[in-house]
This record gives sequence, C-alpha cells and structure tokens, in this order.
Amino acid sequence: MLKQIEGSHAVADVVALCRPNVISAYPITPQTHIVEGLADIVESGKLDAEFVNVESEFAAASVVLGASAAGARTYTATTSQGLLLMTEVVYCIAGMRLPIIMTCANRAISAPLNIWNDQQDSMTVRDAGWIQMHAEDNQEAADLHVQAFRIAEQTHLPIMVCMDGFILTHAFEPVDVPDQKQVDDFLPPFKPRHIVDPRWPRGIGLYADPRFYMETRYILHRALEKSEDTIREVSAEFAKAFGRNSGGLVKPYKLEGADLVIVTMGSVVGSVKELIDRLEAEGKKVGLLQICSYRPFPKQEVYKALKDKQNIVVLEKSVSLGRGGVLASDVRWSFPRSDKTDRHISCFVAGLGGRNISIDDLRFMVERVEKEPVDLEFLGLKKDIIAEKDL
Amino acid sequence: MIEIRIHGRGGQGNVAAAELLAIAAFKDGKFAQAFPSFGAERVGAPVQAFVRIDSKKIRVREDVRTPDYLIVQDQYLIDSVPVLDGLKEGGLVLVNANVRSEDLNLKTTATVETIPATEIALEIIGRPIPNAIMIGAFCSITGLVSLEAVQQAIMEKFPGAVGTNNVAAMERAHEIIQERKNHA
Repeated sequence: MLKQIEGSHAVADVVALCRPNVISAYPITPQTHIVEGLADIVESGKLDAEFVNVESEFAAASVVLGASAAGARTYTATTSQGLLLMTEVVYCIAGMRLPIIMTCANRAISAPLNIWNDQQDSMTVRDAGWIQMHAEDNQEAADLHVQAFRIAEQTHLPIMVCMDGFILTHAFEPVDVPDQKQVDDFLPPFKPRHIVDPRWPRGIGLYADPRFYMETRYILHRALEKSEDTIREVSAEFAKAFGRNSGGLVKPYKLEGADLVIVTMGSVVGSVKELIDRLEAEGKKVGLLQICSYRPFPKQEVYKALKDKQNIVVLEKSVSLGRGGVLASDVRWSFPRSDKTDRHISCFVAGLGGRNISIDDLRFMVERVEKEPVDLEFLGLKKDIIAEKDL
Repeated sequence: MIEIRIHGRGGQGNVAAAELLAIAAFKDGKFAQAFPSFGAERVGAPVQAFVRIDSKKIRVREDVRTPDYLIVQDQYLIDSVPVLDGLKEGGLVLVNANVRSEDLNLKTTATVETIPATEIALEIIGRPIPNAIMIGAFCSITGLVSLEAVQQAIMEKFPGAVGTNNVAAMERAHEIIQERKNHA
C-alpha cells in the first residue's frame, strides 16, 4: 500500500514483513527510528521474533552472528561509529558466510564528531566481504531489504543495505509498502546451509593456517564476484513480482548520446537526475550511471555503460585520506587494458558531514569538468576558512 | 513544485509540522516530501524543516533555499536567524506573533501574515506547542492543502485528546484567518 511514511519506518515495516527470527541492534543516530520501529512491531506481537537488547554495537553484531550460525534469519542496523565498533565482527560474519542483513544509515565518522550524512562509514568496510547496496530513495531502500534476504540466503553472503542518513532515513515520502503475502511469495523461508547445534557440536570460522587461509579468501572473493548474477536475477524477479525496478547492479539514466556522464550512488541520484533534465531542456546532454551494487563492484557493467564515453565525473560522499576518491578508483579500474580510448575520469568529493549538495553545486561541477578534467576536488570547499599552516 | 521552509526552535514541533503537511498533501492526492534540516537536536535551538509539494514524483534532495512559503514558529528567531533568505518574489511568510503583520517591520516585499499561535496553543492545548495552529493558518491562507486532510493527519499521528485538542486549535486558527479575510 502506498503510504506517506518516514524512510526509517518504511524499512522497519518491510524488514518485519521479511520475518526475521532474531533482531539485535544498538540505537545510534540516524539509525534509531528503524530499530525503534522494529521494537514496536515485535512488542505488538505482529512479528514473532526475538529482539535482543545489547550494550554496544559489538554485542549486536555478535548476537546476530551467533543467531545466524544457529539457523535464524537475522537483522541488525547501525551507522558510523557503531559500524566501526562492529568492524571485527563484520569481517567474521562474511568469513563465516552468514547471510545477515544490516542497514547502514550512512553517516560521517569522528573526529570531529558529526552526526550527519556521508558514506565514509560503509566505505571503511567495503573490503570485509559483504555485499553493499546503495538506495536512491526510500522506495528503493525498502525494496532492497526484501531483495537482500533473498540474495544473501542464496549466496551465503551478508548484505549491507546503505541508505543516506537523515536525507533518506528521516524523509517522509511516498513508499509502496508491500503486504505480507507479496513478501512471502517472493521470499521463501530461510534454509541455512550449516547449523551450529549443541546436540551435534561443530565450529565455524575457527582457524586456517598458511596452508588454507588464502584459499578461504579466494573463495569469498569469487563468491562475491559470482553474486553479481544473483543480484541481477533477484532484481529482475522483483520487478516482475512488484512492478517496479529496484536494485540490481547499475542503473543508467539518459546515457545515450550523453557527452558527459556522472557516476554516483545513494540519495544524490535524485538531484542529479533533476539537473540532467534541466540541462537537457537547455540543450546539454549529460547522463548518469547510478551504482546500486557497490560490492561486488560491477566492473563489466560499468565498462559496458561507459566504454564510449570520454568525459566522466565521479561524485562521491567519501574519501580515502591520502589517496582521494574511493568510488573514482573503482571506476578508473573498470576499463580493461585493451581499451585505448582517451578518456578523463574526474572526481568530486561532496556532501561530507552532511554538507548540502545543491543543484547549483552539481551544475558547477558539470561546467567545471566540461572545461577541463579534475583529478580531485572537494565540492563547495570553504578555502577561506582553511589556514595554510594546518595543511 | 511548491517549496516550504519551517523555522522554529527545538521542541516546537517543527519536524512534526513538516511531516503533517506532507501527509496531508499526500491525502489530497499530491506528491510530497518532508525532511528536517538536521540541526542540533536540542530544545530551544534554531531548527528548520522542509516540505515540497508537487503533482509529480519529487526527486530533488537539496535543502530548500528558495522557498515559496515560510512558516516561522518563533518571531524572535527573525532577530538571530536569516529566516527570510531566499524567499521567492511574491512569496508568503507566516509568523507566530501576537501583533499585526506590519508591526513586525520585516524587510521583505513578500506578504506577511501573523497568527498568535502560542496564545491559542496555551488556551486550547494547554501547552505552548504552536505547530498545529501554524499549519492550520497556513492551509487556511494558501489553500495549498485541505484542512480536512490536515485534521486526519493530526488524528492519525496523535490519537485521543492530544489530537482532538490540536484539531480544535487548528480550527480556531482557520476561523481567525477567515474572519480576517472577511474584514479585508
């Protein structure tokens, strides 16, 4: 049913429809409304699940790890410092191939303390072995959770559904929240591959010496690469069942004939599309390639979409300090060596710590790279408040 | 697309006002988007919330910088926050103040309206929460969103006495605006 609803509550409602057996989370802004919503649903008796209150995110991740290993469908959510505190367990979850679903309500990381949106938090665990999907709007955020349980349980990989903190989590907009039957028809009950059971003691993820460890990492790497097929298939099936496109690997917008292509992910996609339409009306052809699956990084899809393009600009809400753009590096590495096209891939870091990204900022970016490519620029940087001695 | 910016202080129900307007617009069959400016989450601190209303899906995610309408829940914010920034030509600003609009001496060519929302809130709701009165007056002046839809949205969000009192306060605001229109 179409509802005017807060993003966090849409996600809570949809996660509940996926019938998780165990939920454990520690509240942290801007994720709080999601877990409050789920706590209410469990309390009301509408969802038969164990909601485990914990003292930290480290404990929350550990609880869902244990519950998933014991055969439960599990869910958690966090952001920023919470995700960093979880990191050790996040890696273990992937190494143990536990299909846990986590929402990351993307937020900046300390120091200095900042509760607002960017995507540096999920970036820090991009190499942990999780699938990472980024939502454009709250409809996609809700839909991705339904798809995530399917993909995770089919591939035995954990999935982080990333949605921009505040910009999406706290936005009221129309979301079609499916009914229980629709979700049940799409998402079969969880059949775990292995179960840890005291009646039949066994361990998982215990120990691999130099003779075996490398193979475990290779297998996980290949499993992530192969999950591209599952992500694509589940998104297509979702479109058939629910009548709308959500998720998948990449989503092109007005790419054909575009002289300049913006590559980005997350909620800024909406403003980028708006700008592209305005520029089109002014006779300028700009396209968009939205990255939905950030891990696995769909390099072939990216190459296919961009191989004829010579002017590309990557817009991202994260930065690898001492290196530059993170998404930009992924995009730059998507072109095979055989490809000899002379192209420029510019990088703009934007919106860090919740700095507003206006349509005018985006227009400035486009005009800037039309003139000449930019290796790395911070969009809207206030140079006048930076002292030379601090650099 | 219509853009509304709400200014107030933490605790005045700014985000709730934006949410109620968006839900009411949705009930009227329009597309709407509401979101807070995510300022410091403290009672008394200046806060902003944004609403967009359109006849088609809203994709843009930037803050509302050039609003068509401003709702100011605390008149004293005008001295410390540049509330009028970016207000469109021919726009409207509605201020919670127990004075005539010309007595506010706002430096703007936009239409200025006032409503004594805090006084009405204290009298009818018993607490100085002006948001329902402000959106009631806003809808009464602009006709942008139907009062029936706002009433429904309030009763869904605040079932029981809180909702009923807020609806009554909102209706008082509507009466005041209509009387003013009849005198004009």
